[in-house]
Amino acid sequence: MRTDLFFLVCLIVGAAIFAAAFALGNDYYFFAGYVVLQYVVLSTAWNILGGYCGYVNFGSAAFFALGAYSTVAMHKLYPLPIPVLVVIGGIVSGIVGLGMGYLTLRLRGAFFAIATLALAVVLQTFVVNWAFVGGSRGAYIIRPEAIWPLGNYIRYLFLIMMLLAVGAITVARLIERSRLGYGFATIRDDELAAEASGVPTLQLKLIATTISGALMGMAGAPFPYYIGFLQPSSAFGLDYAVNSIAMPLIGGTTSWVGPLIGAVLLGSLQQIATVTISSAVNLLIVGFLLVGFVIVAPNGIIGLVHKYIQHRPVGQVGRRRIEADVTGQVP
Amino acid sequence: MIFSFDLLINAIVSGILIGAFYAAVTAGVSLSFGILDIVNIAHPAFIILGSYIAYIFNISLGLDPIIVSILATPAFYALGAGIYQIYYVSFEKRGQESLRGLAFFFGLLFITEVLLVLYFGVDYRYVEAPYIGLTWHVGFLDIPLRILVPCVVSLLLIAVLQLLLTRTFVGRAIMAVAQDQLALKLMAVDPIRIKRIAFGVSIATASLAGAFLIIIQPVEPSVGREYIGRVFAICVLGGMGSLPGTVLAAMLVGVVESLTSTFYGPSWAPAVSFGFLLLTLAVRPAGLLGR
Repeated sequence: MRTDLFFLVCLIVGAAIFAAAFALGNDYYFFAGYVVLQYVVLSTAWNILGGYCGYVNFGSAAFFALGAYSTVAMHKLYPLPIPVLVVIGGIVSGIVGLGMGYLTLRLRGAFFAIATLALAVVLQTFVVNWAFVGGSRGAYIIRPEAIWPLGNYIRYLFLIMMLLAVGAITVARLIERSRLGYGFATIRDDELAAEASGVPTLQLKLIATTISGALMGMAGAPFPYYIGFLQPSSAFGLDYAVNSIAMPLIGGTTSWVGPLIGAVLLGSLQQIATVTISSAVNLLIVGFLLVGFVIVAPNGIIGLVHKYIQHRPVGQVGRRRIEADVTGQVP
Repeated sequence: MIFSFDLLINAIVSGILIGAFYAAVTAGVSLSFGILDIVNIAHPAFIILGSYIAYIFNISLGLDPIIVSILATPAFYALGAGIYQIYYVSFEKRGQESLRGLAFFFGLLFITEVLLVLYFGVDYRYVEAPYIGLTWHVGFLDIPLRILVPCVVSLLLIAVLQLLLTRTFVGRAIMAVAQDQLALKLMAVDPIRIKRIAFGVSIATASLAGAFLIIIQPVEPSVGREYIGRVFAICVLGGMGSLPGTVLAAMLVGVVESLTSTFYGPSWAPAVSFGFLLLTLAVRPAGLLGR
């Protein structure tokens, strides 16, 4: 399917979901749906670096929080409409993503993952000590009651997040099918061999960290308006980092469908568990699902589906060969 | 001026003492990450688990936390051996340790933390021991025993580990498995068994480190998180798996952190170790005493 057509289909699906939530009339659906959509954006963004390039980013929460805090800072300077704030959040996080890429260019595998974790703590310390955005006390953002013509303001936020999700998925799909995506895949499979064959791996990695970081920042930008009161420990929460890793891994990391499935499933499950059981238990569910899935179903739900219909997993030729070596079967 | 000089010396001494404790915290990671290449980011969570075990027995039976933690090492060893077995079968054998192995340990970290929150809540817990309230005054130096005791036992622990690694057959096999797994196999030693033992020992040190932690400061489940960056910073700075290097790097980080919190305020201290880590990784990934 052509990209513009795909984008159109996504928009129609998004509009349908919005209309359905509107028809249900209960604003709770918008509040819950916003969180799920936010995770769709976060996990899609994580997957661009983690799934396509094979670089694990534990610092998703930092990029998310950067987006949120750039909104807080802008809010104090000059009130701007949210779409502009989203763009600003994206630019700030994208620049930090680029910086992280430069700083960690030489790091592979585990070292990169640990460096991202370190980055998150360093940024959190800066925000805690930055009195302008509230420091450790936090900052209030007063959300307008209603907006014309949608009614309750949350519907507006939901709409923005829906558009972001559609945009993120389209970008991910576009990357997957372009030269860029093939370049990313070569980095994931064998970086040394890719570099030896003339793939500009450093440049590609910088592109990946920038896009991924920018998308996470965009997801975070409307967050202060959603939550109303932002403090460092909530914006930098470990649950964002865990969720944005768990969702793609549970869904499947090789295509844009995986993070979408993972985020919708796990996000809705968490919303239901938060309401019916407790919020600590819902985090426990995520932890167990993550560990269970990486052990039992390493290719996620997509992998399970492909196995079920006896098809070759998309873009998994290399891994299949390794499996065949272990089991002694010829693929 | 003389006052700030006192302050400086005091900050340096307490940094060195805390550094020895950091070395004990990092020793396990130096074994698992430095030697075995297993990125156990859940190690701090196991340390917190050790803290809570020391806490339970201290509160209910009045036992000394360090003695409890020594008695608990076999249980931690078994836990570590079990985790390695799962890790080996599910990831190392399939050749997927990089991405999914990391996610596995991240999940373990998260599960341990949430379970502790569910069971104990998020209140700070502390232990009672006869030496905790005391402070030695040597000239203008103040040495609180709650830091000195863990420091001395930490250094003992590191010395024992170093002897184990260099003087015993198993220890030498552990060093060998890091260099050449195949060669070890040809010598009729099962590398998987050796790695299992090494990982078990690495988790066993978490029991002791946990007791030290809860002696030094009150503990709540998410305290472990700020140790993730610290332990990996020290491990990388110390040259990945060299125990003397680990002690040196740990004391360096301890002193810099202590100076930062004395002269700039404690809220900046977490950034120091992570900043150290980022710098080390960017500038000299081989560490101080590279292997």
